[in-house]
Amino acid sequence: MASDVEQWKDELYGTDIRAEIERFAEEGWEAIPDDEHDAWFERFKWYGLYHQRAGQESYFMMRIGPPGGVLEPGQFREIVEIADDFSRGPAENPVFGNGWIDVTTRQAIQLHWIRLEDVPEIFERLESVGLSTVQACGDSWRNIVGCPVAGKDKHEHVDADALATELHDTFKKNEAHSNLPRKWKVSVTGCDEGCGQGDINDLAFEPAEKEVDGETVTGYNVRVGGGLSRNEPRFARDIDVFATPEQAVDVAGGISALFRDNGDRENRYNARIKFLMDEWGPEKFRETLQEEYVDFELHAAGEDLRESYSYNAGEADGKHDHVGVHEQPDGNYYVGLNVLVGRIGVDEAYDLADAADEHGSGEVRLTQRQNIVFTDVPEESVDDLRSQDVLEHYSPDPHPFQRGSIACTGTEFCSLSIVETKNRQVRYARWLTNNVELPEGVENFHVHLSGCTASCAQPQIADVSLRGMKTRKDGEPVEALDIGLGGGLGEEPQFASWIAERVPADEVPGAIANLLENFEEARDSETQSFREFVGERDDEELADLIEPEETDYDDPFMHNTKRTWYPYAEDDDLNESPAPAKADGTPIPSDD
Amino acid sequence: MTIAVRTLDDGAWISVNDSRQVSVSDVWTLSHGTFCGCEPAYVLLEGFFGVDVSGSIVVADTVGRCLDCGTQDSIDRLPVGRIVDGEFKPYGPEGVQSIVEPTSRTRRE
Ligand code: HEM
Ligand code: SF4
Ligand SMILES: [Zn+2]
Repeated sequence: MASDVEQWKDELYGTDIRAEIERFAEEGWEAIPDDEHDAWFERFKWYGLYHQRAGQESYFMMRIGPPGGVLEPGQFREIVEIADDFSRGPAENPVFGNGWIDVTTRQAIQLHWIRLEDVPEIFERLESVGLSTVQACGDSWRNIVGCPVAGKDKHEHVDADALATELHDTFKKNEAHSNLPRKWKVSVTGCDEGCGQGDINDLAFEPAEKEVDGETVTGYNVRVGGGLSRNEPRFARDIDVFATPEQAVDVAGGISALFRDNGDRENRYNARIKFLMDEWGPEKFRETLQEEYVDFELHAAGEDLRESYSYNAGEADGKHDHVGVHEQPDGNYYVGLNVLVGRIGVDEAYDLADAADEHGSGEVRLTQRQNIVFTDVPEESVDDLRSQDVLEHYSPDPHPFQRGSIACTGTEFCSLSIVETKNRQVRYARWLTNNVELPEGVENFHVHLSGCTASCAQPQIADVSLRGMKTRKDGEPVEALDIGLGGGLGEEPQFASWIAERVPADEVPGAIANLLENFEEARDSETQSFREFVGERDDEELADLIEPEETDYDDPFMHNTKRTWYPYAEDDDLNESPAPAKADGTPIPSDD
Repeated sequence: MTIAVRTLDDGAWISVNDSRQVSVSDVWTLSHGTFCGCEPAYVLLEGFFGVDVSGSIVVADTVGRCLDCGTQDSIDRLPVGRIVDGEFKPYGPEGVQSIVEPTSRTRRE
């Protein structure tokens, strides 16, 4: 039997949802009939609105997805102004205050505490600068990720931005591809550093060369079926297809249609294309694509550039991220700024928007490491830019522990989460920076924290992988993390294996400190990378190198943050929740 | 009256009559079960994959992990609450639960 979600989608989905959102916004949150909540909140996702977790009813997370993470001049500032006007909650976050934007691992922006009543005005303002929330969540083409420095980087082989934008323009609000069995995540890489992270997407275009009719053509090899979620991580599989830039949109459309028609609509937990790929394998997949979904002869795969992939690769020589000052092919510079756990307070965000306007072109690009990049900074302005106060905090030259930190949304807003994430990761990074000396030669050290197995922080491809858990300590359940090692992308990508499980969250910084000390002591030489070191050892040996212990690190979130209405509120008990609330914030009394 | 039960948001919730009633990622105390050797077992539920009403009892298919021994397994038909006069009364994770029907099927998470 088709799931409820499939039935709701059959009844009304895609662009038809817009008018209904406008209607509910006009009439107020209470106008959504009680027995239709589930259906409407599912549909709202298609327009980038995700109902926040229990205790926060009537507030929404809103996701804005610029293809390839490119925010054109003026777009970043508009988002900041929207956050300033509409993204304010009933309580403060102790680290980030009230009012901020989140840069996400899929190069989008998330705003929280959004009121349905404000959505039409927000949509209008976004549209006035060419932005949209369409398909940012829901069962369709999500934000298309790709090289965030496309067009601006010396490592580029093919223009990823052109294809990402073309795919965005073709497949957003495209009726034939609006209703897929599940989310659909697409990546376009154009450089030889692999910063599009195609391996962990449903559909990946990766730079390649191919002899076609006696001429060398630069285009894309195609991989399908990657993803990290639900304890079932997969790398995208090579389906032996090369697409010229002219063919790429048709190939993408064919694969999306194949998924639309063949993905599992009976069971949402089996619906992602990675499971269809498990079932079919790449040969049958290619055959079906060729026979039923494209009307030209597909080329076999070309010569790829994976050998030099360095993004999130742990041991390669090239860039591991986009932080820092880098020369563009045109002689200007792009400047990558570190954003700790992806969150920027509104006041600082205005300063950043000013700095991008004054010293660069005003473009602000978003990376898959939750950072931002200013482009087109003339050489003579680089020093001026670097001396701006706001760059002290959002630094082009951060400490490796700050630079390497990624965290997902967590119990603050997410229903799936088991633990608090962002504030905790900020505390971890600060403690590690102040207390742990990195071993000689280690300039990059990535620690990714996800609140649950959905893996939004991409934990399985970090040096240290952290994932939310619980354990019992002194008889009480406390927040804990599983610790994984050995993950990374690159030519030979690998997922972390979970080495130490259920480590109380307050013992994790001690565990990382001890692990690094043990690494320094036991490694072959000062040139051996952490990833190589881990790769040489089996899980048991590695487990001995992680020695969790309490330190002077203090963790205020050990109690069950999930069973609060907001983990940092003075009175955080679920029963004290001010939600649901009317548009002006007055609580709506509930009858039960 | 009819009772609408379903899992929502990728297994984050059990919704009863369009209200989010039982949340994933909580620790449940399971007793007299076949989940693992621990007695009682403190089991973190990691996702709901199905839900059903059996008489007046709402039962969920879920996957969990024991906080003491680390066993990870699926649990079929875990009672999560009751319907009384058309209203859902959650058992809540704090109380001690018996697994009424032992795990029989293995499901993909
Ligand atoms: C309220 C907040 C969020 C919720 C409820 C949520 C939910 C989920 C769920 C349920 C999954 C896995 C399910 C699946 O598709 O099989 C997932 C995976 C993922 N999400 Fe989120 N997410 C949230 C925030 C974010 C953020 C902030 C990002 C960053 C863009 C993000 C990026 C990802 C990524 C990269 C994955 C895993 C990769 C994959 O399997 O494709 N999510 N998210
Ligand atoms: S990883 Fe889990 S907890 Fe974190 S945002 Fe994603 S779904 Fe929520
Ligand atoms: Zn046990």
